[in-house]
Amino acid sequence: MQRRDFLKTTGLVAGASLLPMLKYLPAHAAGRNDTLVVVLPNGPNSLDIHRSGTNRPSYAVAVNVYDRLVGFATKILPNGTAMYDYAKVVPELAESWEVAADGKSMIFKLRSDATFHDGSPVTAEDVKWSFDRAVSVGGFPTVQMKAGALEKTEQFSVVDAHTFKITFIKPSKLTLPDVGVPVPIIINSKLARSHATEKDPWALEWMHRNTAGGGGFKVQRWDPGQQIVYERFDEWKCGPLPGVARVIVREVPSASTRRAMLEKGDADISLDLPPKDFKELADGGKVAVQGAPIENSMYAIGMNLKFEPFQNKLVRQAVAYAIPYQEIFEASAYGRGVPMWGGAAMKPATIDWPQPYPYKTDYAKAKELLAEAGYKDGFEVPLSFDLGQADWSEPAALLAQEGLGKVGIKATLDKVPGANWRTKALVEKSLPLHLKNFGGWLNYPDYYFFWVYQHGHLFNSMNYKNDEIEALVEATLNLPVEDPAYVPNIKRMLEIAFDEVPLVPFYQPYLDVATQKNVEGYEYWFHRQLDTRSIKKGIA
Amino acid sequence: MTKLTLIGRRLIQAIPSIIGIIVVTFLLTRALPGDPAAYFAGPAADPQSIAEIRVALGLDRSLPEQFWLYLGDLAHGNLGNSISTGRPVVEELATRLPASLELTLAALLFAVGTALPLGILAATRPNSWIDHLCRVIVTAGVSLPVFFTGLFFVYVFYYLLDIAPSPIGRIDIYFIAPAHVTGFYLIDSLLAGDLETFAAAFAQLILPAITMGAFVLAPLARMTRAAMLQALGSDYIRTAQASGLSRRKVLFAYAFRNAALPILTTLGMVFSFMLGANVLVEKVFAWPGIGSFAVNALVVSDYAAVQGFVLSMAILFVALNLIIDIVYTMVDPRVGIEG
Repeated sequence: MQRRDFLKTTGLVAGASLLPMLKYLPAHAAGRNDTLVVVLPNGPNSLDIHRSGTNRPSYAVAVNVYDRLVGFATKILPNGTAMYDYAKVVPELAESWEVAADGKSMIFKLRSDATFHDGSPVTAEDVKWSFDRAVSVGGFPTVQMKAGALEKTEQFSVVDAHTFKITFIKPSKLTLPDVGVPVPIIINSKLARSHATEKDPWALEWMHRNTAGGGGFKVQRWDPGQQIVYERFDEWKCGPLPGVARVIVREVPSASTRRAMLEKGDADISLDLPPKDFKELADGGKVAVQGAPIENSMYAIGMNLKFEPFQNKLVRQAVAYAIPYQEIFEASAYGRGVPMWGGAAMKPATIDWPQPYPYKTDYAKAKELLAEAGYKDGFEVPLSFDLGQADWSEPAALLAQEGLGKVGIKATLDKVPGANWRTKALVEKSLPLHLKNFGGWLNYPDYYFFWVYQHGHLFNSMNYKNDEIEALVEATLNLPVEDPAYVPNIKRMLEIAFDEVPLVPFYQPYLDVATQKNVEGYEYWFHRQLDTRSIKKGIA
Repeated sequence: MTKLTLIGRRLIQAIPSIIGIIVVTFLLTRALPGDPAAYFAGPAADPQSIAEIRVALGLDRSLPEQFWLYLGDLAHGNLGNSISTGRPVVEELATRLPASLELTLAALLFAVGTALPLGILAATRPNSWIDHLCRVIVTAGVSLPVFFTGLFFVYVFYYLLDIAPSPIGRIDIYFIAPAHVTGFYLIDSLLAGDLETFAAAFAQLILPAITMGAFVLAPLARMTRAAMLQALGSDYIRTAQASGLSRRKVLFAYAFRNAALPILTTLGMVFSFMLGANVLVEKVFAWPGIGSFAVNALVVSDYAAVQGFVLSMAILFVALNLIIDIVYTMVDPRVGIEG
C-alpha cells in the first residue's frame, strides 16, 4: 500500500493534526465539564449502521451523529434511573405526523430549519433516500425495517421539500416505533451520493469511514480499535443542545482497568463491567451506578424439542422445578436483575412483560414429574453455553448442572466459543439444552414471541412449535394495543408458554452504567448504547 | 562467500516455508468451526440475508476457487478486508504491528538491560547475595502470570501511588498521536520534534514494557549466568588472567564475547515468543497491538484477518532469524556461512 493511499483511507486520522483541537489539554481534563470521557471494552467498527458486519457499539454512532424522524420520551424508573418511554413517541426531525384518514399511509412534516453538519438543509428527498437505503442494502438494517412493515422503496415518497409520506403494506403498531430505532437514520443524500459509484450506489464504502449526518454530534476523529471522538454540532435543531462539547470514547478491554479509571476520576463513564463490579461500585458509594432492567429480555435455559426427553412436557416442567433460581440470581447477576421465577399462577393475571414464570426450586416435584414421564432414573444431556457470555452463563450453567443432578439429570457442560454459538444454537438449532438470552428492540410481548417462540425463527433455538402460538402471534403482531383482542391474545400466549415451558427464564438482566457523581442525564435505551446527547456534567 | 550471498540464500530458503504457511493458514481458517456469514449477518438475520452476506464475502465459491482468488490478491499485496473491523487487513497491520513491535522492543530492552548485568554479576560471584537476588527476581518474573503482574502494577503504580499514567494504550487521552511515519510513536514524535508527545508516549510504555519484560527475564538471566560461568571456567580465561590482563578486559573482551552466542539464540527465541504472547499485556493496558487483533479475528472466524496476521508474523520471524544469523557471524567468525 502506498503511504498516500494510507493517509487517504484513514482521512480522519490524517486530518487530525490539522484540527483546531488543542494538541493536548491539561492533564486531568476529565474534570472539565465540557468534555466527557467514556471507557468501554469494544468500540465501533464502522460509522455506518447499514453496513453488514457493523457491530453493536457502532449503533452509538447512528444515535449520536444522525437524526431519526422520531424519538422517544423519557420516564423515570422507581430506582431513579431515567429510561426512554416506548409508549410515547416524540418529534425529532419530524415536527409532526399523522395517519391518513383511510389508514393506509402516514405523513411526516419535517422541521424547516434543520441542517446537516455541512450546513445544507434537510429535505424530504434526503429522508426518502435514507429509507430507500435501509430497505435495500440487505442484512440487519433491512430485517429491522421489515419488523415495522417497511419493506419496499415504493412505500416512501416525497410530498414536498418538507413533507415525507410512508404508504403501508399493512397497518402495524410497530411501524412508528420502528421509525425511531437507530436504523432509519436521516443521511445527507447529496453528500453521500457524491461518493457513490456504479458498483456501490448506496455509498457503503464511503459511509463506512465518513459520516453524512445532521445529529447532535459530529465525529471529530475515529481511530478504529482505539477511540472515537465526538464534537457537538452547535447548529443542531432537533433537540436541546447537548450538555458537553466533546465526547472521547476510548476502548479499554480490561474491566479492571475500566473500573480503576472510573474510581480514579480519569473516566466519567464506564460501560460493560461485570455485575460484581457494578454491585461493589454501587455499595461503595464513590461513584454513581445507574441500572435499568433490559426490556423484553431474559436470561434463560432452553430445551430443544428435537431431542427426545424434551419432547415430553412433563420433563420440561421437571427441569423448570430443578433450577436453583435464587443461587443463580446471586452468583451470576449479583442481584442486578429482576427475578423471573416464582410467579403466582399457571394463568397470567396481567400482560406485563417479562413477568415471572410460575416455577420455583422444588426438587421433590421435579422428581415426581420425571417419574410420571418415565424418566425415573433421569438421563444424560450436554448443557451448552456461550463462552462469549461467560460472565453470567458460566456460573449459571454450573449451578443449573448441580440442580439437575439432584433430580437425576446428568448434565455435562459444553462451552461453545462465540463465533460458533450463533451457528450451532440459532442457525442449526442443534443444542439440546442451552443457556440463552434474547432482547427485542420493540418492547411488546408479541414481538418477543415472534422471535423466540414462533417455529423456524432465528431465536427459537428450542425448535418449539405450537400451532396455537403460531396463529396467535400472526394475529397479534400488527394489532394496535388498544384493540380488544390484544390483551386476551397475549394472556393466552403467556399461558401456553408457562404450561409448555420450552424456555425456562432465570431473570431479567440489568443494563448498568457507572458514572462520576457529577454526570447527569444518563438514559437507558433499548439499543443499549450511550446516547450522549442528553448528558451534562456538573461541577466536580 | 560474502554476507550478501548468505542473505540471498537464506531468503530463498524462506520461500518454501512461506508458501507452506500460506496454504496451511488458508486451510486451517476454513476448517475453523463457525460460519462467518451467519455471524456477520447480525443478530436478527434471516436465511436470505445470511446468503447475501455469504456471496458478498465470496464464501459461496469452492475452496480451490477461493484459494486462487486469495493468491491473486496476495500477488497484488492485498490481504483482503477484515470483516470484523471493516478495514483492509494491510491497514490494520500497518497501524497495529508498529504498536506491538514498539512495546516488544521496549520490553526486550528492559529485559536485556536487567538480565545481562544480573546474569554477569551472578556468574562472577556465584552463591553470593547477588546470585540469590538474581534467582529470586527471575523466579518471580517467570512464575507470575503476565496479566497478574500487569494488573498488580496498574493497581500499585496507577491506582494507589498515582505515579503512572492511566493504562489506556499508547497515548494519553488528551494527546493526539504523532503524524504517521514509522508507526513507532517514540520515533515519530521525535521526527516531529515534539518532546511533549514523546514524553507522553514514553510514560504510557513504561508499565506494559516492564510487565512483559519481567516475564522473559528468567531465560535471559539464567542463560547469561550459565554461559558466563562456562566461559569464565575455561582455559583461555585462565591464560588471560595469568597474562595479567585487566579484570574488565578479561570479563568483557574474552568471557562475554564467547558467552554471547547462546545469549543471542535465547534472545531470538524470547523475542518471537514475546511478539506472539503479548495478548494479555495488550488487554490489561488497552494496547492496540496485533495480538488482540488476531485473537478477536480468530474468535469471529475473520478469515482474511487471521491469514494476514499469520503471514506477517511468519515473514517477521524469517527476518528475525536472518538478522540473528548475521549477528552470529559478526560475534563469532567461526560460525560457518554454510551453517
